[in-house]
Amino acid sequence: MAYKDELLSEEKVFKDPVHRYVHVRDRVIWDLIATPEFQRLRRIKQLGTTNITFHGAEHSRFNHSLGVYEIVRRIIYNFKDRPHWNNNERLLCLCAALLHDLGHGPFSHSFEKVFKLDHEYFTQAIILGDTYVNKVLERVQPGFAQDVADVIAKTYSDKLVVSLISSQIDADRMDYLQRDAYFTGVSYGHFDMERILRVMRPIEDQVVIKSSGMHAVEDYIMSRYQMYWQVYFHPVTRSAEVILSKILHRAKELYEKDYSFKLKPTHFLSFFARNVSLDEYLKLDESIVHYYFQLWQDEEDEILRDLCERFMNRRLFKYVEFNPNRQMNEWMKLHQLFKEVGINPDYYLVVDSSSDLPYDFYRPGEEEERLPIHLLMPDGSLKELSRHSDIVESISGKKRTDHKLYFPKDMLTNLKDQSKAKEILEILYGQGDVRNVE
Amino acid sequence: MLNNHAKLMQFFLNAKQVTGRKKLQKMIYILQSLGVPFEEKYQFHFYGPYSEELSLRVEELCNLGFLDEEKENKSSYFQYHYKVTGDGEEFLHQFALDMPDYGKQIEMMQNKSARFLELVSTMLYFHELSKEEVEQKIHVVKPKQKYTEDEIKEAWEFIDSLSVGLAN
Repeated sequence: MAYKDELLSEEKVFKDPVHRYVHVRDRVIWDLIATPEFQRLRRIKQLGTTNITFHGAEHSRFNHSLGVYEIVRRIIYNFKDRPHWNNNERLLCLCAALLHDLGHGPFSHSFEKVFKLDHEYFTQAIILGDTYVNKVLERVQPGFAQDVADVIAKTYSDKLVVSLISSQIDADRMDYLQRDAYFTGVSYGHFDMERILRVMRPIEDQVVIKSSGMHAVEDYIMSRYQMYWQVYFHPVTRSAEVILSKILHRAKELYEKDYSFKLKPTHFLSFFARNVSLDEYLKLDESIVHYYFQLWQDEEDEILRDLCERFMNRRLFKYVEFNPNRQMNEWMKLHQLFKEVGINPDYYLVVDSSSDLPYDFYRPGEEEERLPIHLLMPDGSLKELSRHSDIVESISGKKRTDHKLYFPKDMLTNLKDQSKAKEILEILYGQGDVRNVE
Repeated sequence: MLNNHAKLMQFFLNAKQVTGRKKLQKMIYILQSLGVPFEEKYQFHFYGPYSEELSLRVEELCNLGFLDEEKENKSSYFQYHYKVTGDGEEFLHQFALDMPDYGKQIEMMQNKSARFLELVSTMLYFHELSKEEVEQKIHVVKPKQKYTEDEIKEAWEFIDSLSVGLAN
């Protein structure tokens, strides 16, 4: 029997808190899960620094990847006798679903911003490079790895296949919303996925939703909206993320100035030099990052030491709301005052905006800007979701951006020059301390 | 701080008015491909390179009152028009940006349709492939658009002419 058709002698299952069970019968999937590159995902948290706010959020990219695979497996099962669906694409879809996040590194959003990396690039590199994953895929048939890489990059010829893994209502989002809600413990983020799967219909180049299932999709859109504000953009999590990214900036700056670290930061050197090989990328996981942060708490450099101590011990920055239109002058004044009291504003006075986050809302957008969610109407026509749903239309039109100013309040209150500290705090909090919330 | 916002404001000020979000997406991507240091992260989507980060940043600029967004109902879809407000200009004055002069490139792109810019940005997205491979890829990823040989030829010429005269 060809490797691509080979089945395990009996079905294997992974117990899963979100989908109850993840079912595996294909030998190829089983072999992919066993590769070191996929196992590495166990050591990378799905939500980065969110566990600092929601202590349950310790789940990994490994959990999520299995979840996305399971959802796609169920969708394909529902699709198998429907028009437009080509069941020969089944294994390709399953592999792409399983491997779609393979290139994520530790705290990948901050690492990408600071070191100008791109996890999608590394996903491609792992799938196409000299790796165990590539060997498994190429055993299916020569060129299969390229097909999987193309589906994940959204450049594969069959758009229906691509839209299962990546669209505005895809398996990726359906898994992470439910999984993140489960592990953070919040009550938002839940929706009736079984219903959505039942009303999904394959058409020529996308997955659409039978119009009778609109309310289940409304619930999904609402979950996405609430999870964004309540979990993903939680200001305390953002504070940890701000500190994390400043640690990376500081370490990089010190390296560029030939600073002598007490222990050579071997695992970071290629990141500092912006010359990261695949092998070096794969070696850096969260345990390694935490190891260095632990060590850097004893570094001579005051800023690096302080930021690491804050990150490791959850001594976070405080924040106030910030409006760049009305408060630019205040910001410039603060910048100057921070310098005067010896607190480096480049590291300790940080504006964080909603656009700095990698999560998104549902966006109907403009024609051909980005593919929206389409409802399949009884007469066979397609209608964009927000044109039919008042709830979605109303969420789509809401103001949904935000800017916050982060700073170490404890440093200010401990300043010797308390008159300057008072001046700074008055600018930050206002005289009456009422318009801002910490 | 907010440097990426300021870079976009400078773009809108140069462009005077931008009509269409799709066109905006492709213009920024094309400029980025030419080496203009916009930092927005792009991914390939159904209609070519698209940046959610850009969409959200533009939304932030509108909410801050720096950009004026006008929504036009085109029966089956909406079209958006953008221009810089007085507050926006004031905001921009507070930044000293080190950007090349890409005024000519903006003008060239303004005169082209969103469909054409979709083709150009898609071709640039596959810059690591050979010319023949890029042309094959266009038909693989965009079969519905049915780009003609003439359009593809024009797009190559357009890309060549864009690269000329990007002043630093």
